[in-house]
Amino acid sequence: MSAQAPPAAEAISNGAILSAEQVSKDFGGLRAVSDVSIDIPLASIVSIIGPNGAGKTTFFNMLTGLYKPTSGRIVFAERDITQSRPDKITKLGVARTFQNIRLFGAMTALENVVVGRHCRMRAGVFGAITRAPWVRAEERAAEERAAETLSYVGLKRRQFGQLASNLSYGDQRRVEIARALASDPKLLLLDEPTAGMNPQESTALTEFMRKMRNDLELTILLIEHDMKVVMGVSERVTVLDHGEKIAEGPPAEVRGNPRVIEAYLGKQG
Amino acid sequence: MSELLAVLREWRAAIERWLPPWWSRALAVLLIGFGLLLPQLFSNASNFVNTEILSLTYVMFALGLNIVVGFAGLLDLGYVAFFALGSYAFGWLGSGFFYKASVHILVHGPTNSLPGIHLNFVLILICAGLLTAFAGAIIGVPTLRLRGDYIAIVTLAFGEIVRVIALNGPQIKVFGMPLTGGELGISGTDPPYLPGIGMFSQLDIRPWYYVIFALVLLTLFVNIRVRDSRLGRAWIALREDEVAAVSMGIPLVKTKLLAYALGAAFGGIAGAFLGAYTTLIDAGEFQFGFSIFVLSMVILGGLGSIWGVVLGALLLANINYYLIPDVLNSLPGDFGLNFNLNELQVSIFGFLLVLVMVLRPQGLIPERRRKLELTEGIGELELEEPGTAWSAVEPGEAAP
Repeated sequence: MSAQAPPAAEAISNGAILSAEQVSKDFGGLRAVSDVSIDIPLASIVSIIGPNGAGKTTFFNMLTGLYKPTSGRIVFAERDITQSRPDKITKLGVARTFQNIRLFGAMTALENVVVGRHCRMRAGVFGAITRAPWVRAEERAAEERAAETLSYVGLKRRQFGQLASNLSYGDQRRVEIARALASDPKLLLLDEPTAGMNPQESTALTEFMRKMRNDLELTILLIEHDMKVVMGVSERVTVLDHGEKIAEGPPAEVRGNPRVIEAYLGKQG
Repeated sequence: MSELLAVLREWRAAIERWLPPWWSRALAVLLIGFGLLLPQLFSNASNFVNTEILSLTYVMFALGLNIVVGFAGLLDLGYVAFFALGSYAFGWLGSGFFYKASVHILVHGPTNSLPGIHLNFVLILICAGLLTAFAGAIIGVPTLRLRGDYIAIVTLAFGEIVRVIALNGPQIKVFGMPLTGGELGISGTDPPYLPGIGMFSQLDIRPWYYVIFALVLLTLFVNIRVRDSRLGRAWIALREDEVAAVSMGIPLVKTKLLAYALGAAFGGIAGAFLGAYTTLIDAGEFQFGFSIFVLSMVILGGLGSIWGVVLGALLLANINYYLIPDVLNSLPGDFGLNFNLNELQVSIFGFLLVLVMVLRPQGLIPERRRKLELTEGIGELELEEPGTAWSAVEPGEAAP
């Protein structure tokens, strides 16, 4: 892969697939995210870390259009998406998973992933009613693709038809990633993907993230608490605290940063 | 009680094993055949056929509401508005009500010389569908940012607004003519005329029956097709989790408004048919109770379940229009009680609903998904070997 381990913070403003420029978000009087700028290089794996309530998920929600930033600008693949609707952003190639898994519980695993294909399909009301040959072909292709994606994330075939809410926790995580992958993303946002996993599972997922990046030429941005995962997989780390970016750089560098240590452990003596 | 239910469930499973896989299709053909034959077994203006015409109209109403409430999960308590608008569409476009106008499109013989707007019956049904679809989308807009109970309140208000406008219509002037007939109603509507059938009348009500039967079949066809489509999936996704759905690329506004519009269109067409059949479009009919009546059918049958809703609508309409007033009405008198059963109508409905909610909260024929949720139980918790998570992906395996 091309863009591995970029050397330093300044050098990567070019070739970034996603750039956030001084993005802020206020909720009433509370500033949840404050002037955060970040560049995500193409085909890299970048982590956002920070203590609880640091504004990480809020930042994710702005990247995916669920929240509109109070100020600042977000550019994805050379397009300004600051004011875009979530579905438009997904169509441009940003997909995500959620901190607390949000699958469609009353749908099967396969149907969940087919929903992820929604933005790459065209059939509307009249397509549905007439069920023209191209609509049938589109449906079949979407189902095949969904099945492939589910196998890719490691779900067993007999589980495809099970209701998502009846799958085990780990399998639900897989389905959620498959659902995100089904939309053909260029950028995948993972919100605490290893939450609730044991160390072996976390390691396996870390490997899988690298594999996805290489196979699918994907850029991955993740929020993560597990430092082993963060240090093991990310090429760059951004640290947020109280809505502000307090450090940024390669994992080893960030780990030694006194401000980061302070944010996590408190001030010394 | 629960033992009895368990036995019944076993029987059903046994029957399902015994039936060939095409049984559901065979059953559908059989039911359609039965439906076509039914009016021939009764006299041409029998009270029973009249009841069935009304029942089928309610099936159409219920199927329309099911799109909004069952598929998309938007609790609509103002469905009566679309009944009203559909009926008025018929009144406006198929009578001498707008007496200053003179429009005649594809109408039969003598109607051509009458004042007012007179459109072909089929055209009116199409116009009613389009008008109510548009109205449905409009009522949808203010509810887009709302959820659950709040949607119910806004739609309820919309239903009331339409009712009050209908009641006060005579004072609202359009080109110097009243908008509605108010409580006096719009009367003197054109009897529908269809080539091959001729002029519809109240003396032979079989043609009415066949028209509404065809409309119900059409509604069923559209409902099934749409349910099993990209759009149907999007509705269910929105119903399940709105945030996840929009993050997966489902356009919120468009998808919700389509549910409102499509659901309203069926209500409007059914309303226009009912207006034509009863020959009087009376503002007093468009009560809140109608919305509840149709919603009860949807819930009784099973939210989101097409066949359940058909069954629920047929049952409630038949109880309401046939069983209580015609068959069982004198029952209390036979026991020496001094009242008629139809005085208890509302309590009977209430009792039935409570009974269903206690014994079968998922509805008579639950939607496949809800059935899965209730029968599949908690998924098999398989114990995975440590480290095998994600390992089904071998390095070098082809990417999708």
